[in-house]
Amino acid sequence: MSTHTSQYQKKDLPPVVGQVGFGLLGVGLLLALVSFFVDPLRTKFISIMLFMFLAGIGVTSLFMVAIEYLAGAVWSTPLRRIFEMFSSLILFLPIFALPVVFSMQDLYEWTHKTDEILARKAAYLNQPFFMVRLAVIIGLWIVFYKLFTGNSLKQDTTQDQSLTAKNVKLSALFIPVMGLSITALSIDFLMSLEPHWFSTIFGVNFFIGSLTAALAVITIAVVLLNENGYLHPGTVRDHYYSLGFGMIAATVFWMYTAFSQGMLIWYANIPEETPWYLHRWDGDWKVITLAQILVHFIIPFFLLVQRKNKRNPNRMLFASVWILFAHLFDLYWVVMPAYRPQGPIIGWNELGFVLLAAGVIITVFHQQTKRKNLVAVGDPKLQRGLEFRL
Amino acid sequence: MSNQLYALSGQFETPDEIMHAAEEVNKKYKQYDVNTPYPVHGMDGAMGMGESPIGWVTLVVGTTCMLLMLCFIAWIQLVDYPTTFAGKPDFNLPGYVPILFETTILTGAVTTVLTLLFVVCGLPNNAHPIHDTNYAKRTSDDRFGIYVEAKDPAFNEAEVRQLFEQLGAKDIAPIYIDAEEVAAGKNMSVLKPQFIGFAATVVLVISGAAYFGLNHMVFLPPYNWMSVQPKVVPQKTNTVFKNGVSMQLPVEGTIARGFIPYAKVGAKEGFGQSMANPLDPTAEVFALGEQKYLTMCSACHGNYGQGDSRLNGQYPAPPSLHSKKAVEWADAEIYHVITNGQNIMPSYAKQLTRDERWAIVHYVRALQRSLNPKETDVQ
Repeated sequence: MSTHTSQYQKKDLPPVVGQVGFGLLGVGLLLALVSFFVDPLRTKFISIMLFMFLAGIGVTSLFMVAIEYLAGAVWSTPLRRIFEMFSSLILFLPIFALPVVFSMQDLYEWTHKTDEILARKAAYLNQPFFMVRLAVIIGLWIVFYKLFTGNSLKQDTTQDQSLTAKNVKLSALFIPVMGLSITALSIDFLMSLEPHWFSTIFGVNFFIGSLTAALAVITIAVVLLNENGYLHPGTVRDHYYSLGFGMIAATVFWMYTAFSQGMLIWYANIPEETPWYLHRWDGDWKVITLAQILVHFIIPFFLLVQRKNKRNPNRMLFASVWILFAHLFDLYWVVMPAYRPQGPIIGWNELGFVLLAAGVIITVFHQQTKRKNLVAVGDPKLQRGLEFRL
Repeated sequence: MSNQLYALSGQFETPDEIMHAAEEVNKKYKQYDVNTPYPVHGMDGAMGMGESPIGWVTLVVGTTCMLLMLCFIAWIQLVDYPTTFAGKPDFNLPGYVPILFETTILTGAVTTVLTLLFVVCGLPNNAHPIHDTNYAKRTSDDRFGIYVEAKDPAFNEAEVRQLFEQLGAKDIAPIYIDAEEVAAGKNMSVLKPQFIGFAATVVLVISGAAYFGLNHMVFLPPYNWMSVQPKVVPQKTNTVFKNGVSMQLPVEGTIARGFIPYAKVGAKEGFGQSMANPLDPTAEVFALGEQKYLTMCSACHGNYGQGDSRLNGQYPAPPSLHSKKAVEWADAEIYHVITNGQNIMPSYAKQLTRDERWAIVHYVRALQRSLNPKETDVQ
């Protein structure tokens, strides 16, 4: 065969990546600060979106690492270091949680109001326990991130196969931990915005939405890096295909959970379950709700359904950007009706946070690439991963 | 075996060799195929194969059947058998999404498999020239084979043989079309009109029997929310009775329990002296008579029977009960008036039972006597 693991040569990313990252970060931060002084409450609500966007992408990137080890997948081994680099967003989550933590009194009704339902939920929904949960969840994620990437990086030089075996055991531990923790996080930050309402599938829906976004970010990075020769030259379009396959599967599953949540609540028509949907069905929110079907399902589905699209770099880039937009759209739909029940409002405040999120992701990724190989060169599965074909 | 050439085949020992061979053959020929004992990844690319068109079958059939199912549900819910569930609209689209989803998946999957088997693979005809050749035996065991078909426009047996030899192929051998097998494939029993007719008859008989059996012999009415019950309904003809009326009248002369009929209903006079008050003048009877008199009679006759109506002239006041005529009346005549009514006084037979009426008679007698006491009473 023509490929070999030793063909990879580490090349530094061009400085323009860092410049773009810092530029977006600067503009985003500036807009966020201006927005905070102009419209503080709105900015606080948007900061929930920002935190959940970055947290979801970070932890589901680590989930992709874990699922590769656990399933013994080979197609993703040449790309795994990219997953690891995006999961380093976890390290910065405490910073992005701060704006939410310091404005909880303004954001969450349950912190200062009470009635019979909230009184019964108070054993779980109280501020000290919220902080404890947040600290434990982010702490666990950081520990797992350090262990996974530590083993993976060590393997680059030692080529020790037992490190893979260690990470497999770690993955078996991490996946249930992640399932529970991402559910708890989505309940705390998103579902408790309307604390009387509950849905048991909410955490799954947030997880799978984040997974589509994480795969989209990974796809953008992989396509741009590989087309410009920064990855192993054995990385081919069949690897893009697999990422696209993951995205379409996650998109369909997102629609499945979102629809089953909506339909069951609509069908049962129980007073304690319907208000959340009524808030998203009143006035102009109805447009956003119905547009979700188009934005988050029909368009990505038909962008990705054909094999030739999943093997085409430009179409994959377009589909990934669209899916990131769809995920932000979904977060907006979940968070903002709590801020403005009378109708959606989109302006430079929201745009500033999108720029900030993009700046954070690009800057963090760029910093990661400086010190690390972009390919897990010591992984025993790398050769098979490079030989992966459809 | 006829001598008509089908293809020239070559065999290789390893997957790498067959990948290389496929790439080389693909440069010149289009009508060729590769057989391997297990899937070799990357073969699609080596053979220059594009995306399979089978996905379009799945998409078109799945979408069509989904729309047909939507029409079917709409017909059931809006035309044939409208039912309301849980207060939802008759046409309840979100509730149909799971059905439509499953229909799409089921029909798409089944049609894809059937298309592959019967259109692409050509079942039920399973004849193929490579059957029973050394090539087929080895490529399903331990070798990787490739053959170039004679119908390829660039086919030249000597050139192909030379190419295979350059690539290092072993057991290069021609494959011939077996005329007998081809003929047998064309004359398969399952393609004869007799068999097709028989199969069609079996399908029709079984589905017809199932239809009539289920819809006429063992038919159970669908659950109808108790709106249909085997009971008598108002305004409907009763088929059991000759006169068609459900609420039958009792037999003539029937007497209700505890009811003693009064023979002089509608007559001008009662029984007079020939009927005595059946009740003894006890304290209970007087109490009953007083209560019923005050409730029923006092409105017009006055609390003491003096004809001083409490209706203040809104209604004609009756004569006094203390008149000579009334005092001299037999008990049975007072009873007769209460039962039948008199002048504008209506009958009180509906409001007062027989015993109550006789109790009132006792009470009226007591009232009369209180205004015209006998000498013995004064003592």
